[in-house]
Amino acid sequence: MKVLVPVKRVVDYNVKVRVKSDGTGVDIANVKMSMNPFDEIAIEEAVRLKEAGTATEVIAVSAGLAGCQETLRTAMAIGADRGILIETDAELQPLAVAKLLKALVDKEQPKLVVLGKQAIDDDANQTGQMLAALLGWPQATFASKVMIAGDKATVTREVDGGLETLEMSLPAIITTDLRLNEPRYATLPNIMKAKKKPLDTVTPDALGVDVAPRLKTLKVAEPAKRQAGVKVADVADLIAKLKNEAKVI
Amino acid sequence: MAILVIAEHDNASLQPATLNAVSAAVKIGGDIHVLVAGSGCGAAAEAAAKVAGVAKVKVADAAHYADQTAENIAALVIANAAGYSHVIAPATTGGKNFMPRVAALLDVAQISDIVGVESADTFVRPIYAGNVLATVQSADAVKVITVRTTAFEAAAEGGSAAVETVAAAADSGQTKLVGRELTKSARPELTAAKIIVSGGRGVGNSENYHALLEPLADKLGAALGASRAAVDAGFVPNDYQVGQTGKIVAPQLYVAVGISGAIQHLAGMKDSKVIVAINKDPEAPIFQVADYGLVADLFEVVPQLTAAL
Repeated sequence: MKVLVPVKRVVDYNVKVRVKSDGTGVDIANVKMSMNPFDEIAIEEAVRLKEAGTATEVIAVSAGLAGCQETLRTAMAIGADRGILIETDAELQPLAVAKLLKALVDKEQPKLVVLGKQAIDDDANQTGQMLAALLGWPQATFASKVMIAGDKATVTREVDGGLETLEMSLPAIITTDLRLNEPRYATLPNIMKAKKKPLDTVTPDALGVDVAPRLKTLKVAEPAKRQAGVKVADVADLIAKLKNEAKVI
Repeated sequence: MAILVIAEHDNASLQPATLNAVSAAVKIGGDIHVLVAGSGCGAAAEAAAKVAGVAKVKVADAAHYADQTAENIAALVIANAAGYSHVIAPATTGGKNFMPRVAALLDVAQISDIVGVESADTFVRPIYAGNVLATVQSADAVKVITVRTTAFEAAAEGGSAAVETVAAAADSGQTKLVGRELTKSARPELTAAKIIVSGGRGVGNSENYHALLEPLADKLGAALGASRAAVDAGFVPNDYQVGQTGKIVAPQLYVAVGISGAIQHLAGMKDSKVIVAINKDPEAPIFQVADYGLVADLFEVVPQLTAAL
């Protein structure tokens, strides 16, 4: 069974981004880029499926600028067998990415696609579900536990009220939540090995996909900053302030 | 212009998140219809009909809507989407699950987690964990939108909408619910609570979390929350998590105990009206957003606070 894992190159989660002074976007020049943390969890899960003998091949896919090759090499250092870069300098929105991935799924015929539940840059939380819809496949989003047995997937999902478990036939889409696994660190020998793994490049045109954005960003701004308040001396002071000043208790 | 709001409910009643989604629809303006898909969901439909601003309630009552699977809900929404300029759902785990399917099947973008309505086609939404607000304009014929519930007031009662039955779509049979472990609690629901007591790594372990924070929450009538660190460490279940990828909350009072204040956590609670931080590290970032900071050993001051309330 082939498993496809899309990975997104995003601003590292430790970086506090700045809005450009003209309000047209976020300044991401010269900031540290990393693999979206949820996608790292997705790669890890796929690699574990391979190590367990369930998956035969793990293919990492990324869409965007040439720099995404680095993200694919990271995925291969964790254990993906090969990488595919859909190279474009166009702005990619989730629907376009879902269409690009559908074109690759049609070509590669994986039984399972594992994606991060959301990217920490646009916080959209859409691509996996959209891909499932375009393919007509079942989906299990926000997974905290995945079991594959034969042609069936049993997935525990993190939902607002707690947990729920779904069963579905493959092929299927799974999106990862934080507690599905703890991704391993790529070791130096594996990083070296990853450099020799195959990495193919295709373009949206070659896949026959129109990636034109549907949403236009008119402006970006920083939200109103919350002012730091005061330090209170002790519990009595705190209760007095909450009662008399803030009037919330 | 007509707007279809997809209700979140438990068949017997509407979830409050639906009321926030209706308010966002009111801001956009137009005839507001609410779709209630469920199994034995007549009472929820009646409740939806009483929401102010709702002109019509459409009910699809069938066994295969009992578990709210994304495949079936999305197919039903698509079957009923004709004639609507906007399809709206709350950005709960339910709405987040099925709405992108709806958008993809309509071949339109989804506008996730909006916090503001500028016009019928222009919306404000947070990106980068809420550190940036983007104003986006949709060129699509239908706007598929999820609503950040904390950004819109709950719609009041006072409506008397007509309730109309719509045909169920075919059961896709693609996913089957085999189990549910819902956290049972007599406390208010986290996203609807007026006061939240939230614990982080500093609390140390699960026993401390319960021994220290539950009595405080009881005194305050508060819901209990947690940082990612506390959930990852197993102090409390996943549905306690407040943050960028957990629950977004905006209570009147948020008491952060032993939480350092990573940006991912702040993203989930910085719109609270009043924030109290209790942490022994005076440099903890949580103090930069707290209205009242108490630099102290939480094991000493939390019992004091509970006793003094």
